[in-house]
Amino acid sequence: MGIYFKYLWIHFKSQMEYRTSFWLLSMGQFFIPFTVFAGLYFLFEQFGQIRGWKFFEVALCFGIIHMAFALSECFARGFDAFSSLVRNGEFDRLLVRPRTTFIQVLGSKFEFTRFGRLLQSAVVLVWALTNLDIEWSVVKAVTLLLMMVSGIFIFTGIYILAATLCFWTIEGLEVVNIFTDGGREMAQYPLNIYQKWVTRFFTFVIPFGTVNYLPLFYILGKNSGNEIYYMLIPLAGSLFILPCLLVWQFGVKHYRSTGS
Amino acid sequence: MRVHLSVLKLRMNIGMQYRTAALAGVATQFFWGFITIMVFEAFYEHASTTPPISLKELITYIWLQQAFLVFITMWFRDNELFDLITSGNIAYELCRPCELYGFWYAKLLAQRLSSAFLRCFPILIISFFLPKPYNMTMPPSFLAFLLFLCALILGLLLLVSISMFLYISVFVTLSPMGSLLVFSVLGEFFAGLIIPVPLMPEWLQIAANVLPFRWTADFPFRVYSGHISQHDAIIGIIIQLIYLLGLIWLGRAALNKVLRKVVVQGG
Repeated sequence: MGIYFKYLWIHFKSQMEYRTSFWLLSMGQFFIPFTVFAGLYFLFEQFGQIRGWKFFEVALCFGIIHMAFALSECFARGFDAFSSLVRNGEFDRLLVRPRTTFIQVLGSKFEFTRFGRLLQSAVVLVWALTNLDIEWSVVKAVTLLLMMVSGIFIFTGIYILAATLCFWTIEGLEVVNIFTDGGREMAQYPLNIYQKWVTRFFTFVIPFGTVNYLPLFYILGKNSGNEIYYMLIPLAGSLFILPCLLVWQFGVKHYRSTGS
Repeated sequence: MRVHLSVLKLRMNIGMQYRTAALAGVATQFFWGFITIMVFEAFYEHASTTPPISLKELITYIWLQQAFLVFITMWFRDNELFDLITSGNIAYELCRPCELYGFWYAKLLAQRLSSAFLRCFPILIISFFLPKPYNMTMPPSFLAFLLFLCALILGLLLLVSISMFLYISVFVTLSPMGSLLVFSVLGEFFAGLIIPVPLMPEWLQIAANVLPFRWTADFPFRVYSGHISQHDAIIGIIIQLIYLLGLIWLGRAALNKVLRKVVVQGG
């Protein structure tokens, strides 16, 4: 784990060398989801509600998902940009080092400019929380935190799966964007507004439902039940990353260098 | 003009090579289209007042948006041109015996056209045969269809003339990131990619009408779905023409001006 923080620190310092560029790119990252959120706001101004969900409830969902996305893009960027490692043969070098490939790929790249996006979604989250009447308790606060953690794990899991595909395809695949960018766009609304098959797919195959739907009910006080059970749902979602890691190990075993 | 046509043809042929990439793009756009439609479906279900655009028109609008996505997006760009400008290889381009504006215009136009050719037909054909609420519908009349084609082509020409400014700005800033960001965030929002223009609040619609972005894609799609009447469509086409001529004139003047100042440092 120590080596991971070392990687983190080196990348941070190297990105800070181009300070103006860093700030400008972060600003850019701030404004991209901003228009998406503005669009959401205007839709609620027009329609008032979406299948019974009010604006601030959806904003809460939006904030959590976008924060999870920004964090996973910042810290798991190495997997996102993995195809270039395979294509130019850099991955061979990682294999001969006495550390796990997972840590090394994870540490191969960080995108600190995503803090702009993180800040934007954090502002949305805080705005939503101050406008919602939630009876706070420790369990609820922990649930909120776990929702975000679970979101990060799920997005990272998708990045890992996409990276594993690169062992066979060499090129990165655009289709994977369906699950990362598409997953983010979809999960910014509570899952039950979609058709059954979408809801099922994104609960049981890629468990976004455990991030933005079931625990959301509990936090907003929309249903009663065992509190601990609801708190643990996001944790179940985080388990998604385990099969992803297994697939990754399998992929590494079947890696054939491109030779370049 | 003949030079421009052959550049157009050549670039089209190059663009048509990337068929697998286009296929992957089509899959992504289908998913995107479905998600967007379901969100709007959920919004429409309990709408208290009648929304300014019907769900049927909106679904057609979204499929057209997905089919002709490259006619809207600013991030669909030519990195080669950016590299030319920043690396100084622009000198070669200046040696060519034809005007740079027209040459680049034809190049950019061809890229968008070839990409759209590969993507639009599968999306349009499949979206016609989708089950009921999700399917795309025919235009209300043949005349509306002709007006749509006319508006779509003018919209594409207009978009290319807007994107030319992106490349011109790189002469000044030397890095495409900033202008790309401003153009794509503003351009895509006001072209109705995030929410359709009729669903925006009044004051934003006024802003969208004044800016050129809406006329590239939002306008032709609404002509197709019948949301804009034929009479208004003809007026709209005239506005498109005025914008197009104005922007080409302005872009050409701006390009010639930056070219006069351009400094190529050997190497």
